[in-house]
Amino acid sequence: MLFFSYFKELVGREVTVELKNDLAIRGTLHSVDQYLNIKLENTRVVDQDKYPHMMSVRNCFIRGSVVRYVQLPPDGVDVELLHDATRREARGG
Amino acid sequence: MSWAGAEDTFLSTSLATYLDKKLLVLLRDGRKLLGLLRSFDQFANVVLEGACERVIVGDLYCDIPLGLYVIRGENVVLIGELELDKEELPPHMTLVPEAEIKRAQKAERDATDLKGSMRKRMEFLDFD
Repeated sequence: MLFFSYFKELVGREVTVELKNDLAIRGTLHSVDQYLNIKLENTRVVDQDKYPHMMSVRNCFIRGSVVRYVQLPPDGVDVELLHDATRREARGG
Repeated sequence: MSWAGAEDTFLSTSLATYLDKKLLVLLRDGRKLLGLLRSFDQFANVVLEGACERVIVGDLYCDIPLGLYVIRGENVVLIGELELDKEELPPHMTLVPEAEIKRAQKAERDATDLKGSMRKRMEFLDFD
């Protein structure tokens, strides 16, 4: 639940999602769910020439199970808040 | 089937917004399927109507019609909405008939297999 709550806080921010098939997509985080499925808007593929089929895709749904990384803006992370939340989860869980 | 829960009314990652839209579905095996979304569930199982597979080899491509498809969610990588007013592919790409794209696919596969087998033969050399 921790990462679900964390991503909910990041809705509206620009992120880059790197998938396990090496495809990287930059876009605005529109929504996230309990499986950490992600919906991105205003998407642009990082290496567009390698993925011509993605040319007209401007918003997409990404299945949580295929995500490798979610790259966040450096100022998007309140590390202290995250630390506290993690310690609370560890204690309660 | 229950739709988005009450707390998720605004923040839903539901595929409902994609219903009846033309979508690009990327599969784990690298295939690219296009079609109209007719149904989905919580596992991202999906029903595509008028589905076709877009095979791309280099600058050549071909759309192979498939009909009505049910895709098991575990194979789904990404579901993208195709903007109708934008070009789906770069202009330098050429549409070719199915027979030709199959030949090109085989040639690409053979080249990859050859590279793989050559690498295996070199492995005994133990390069750093």
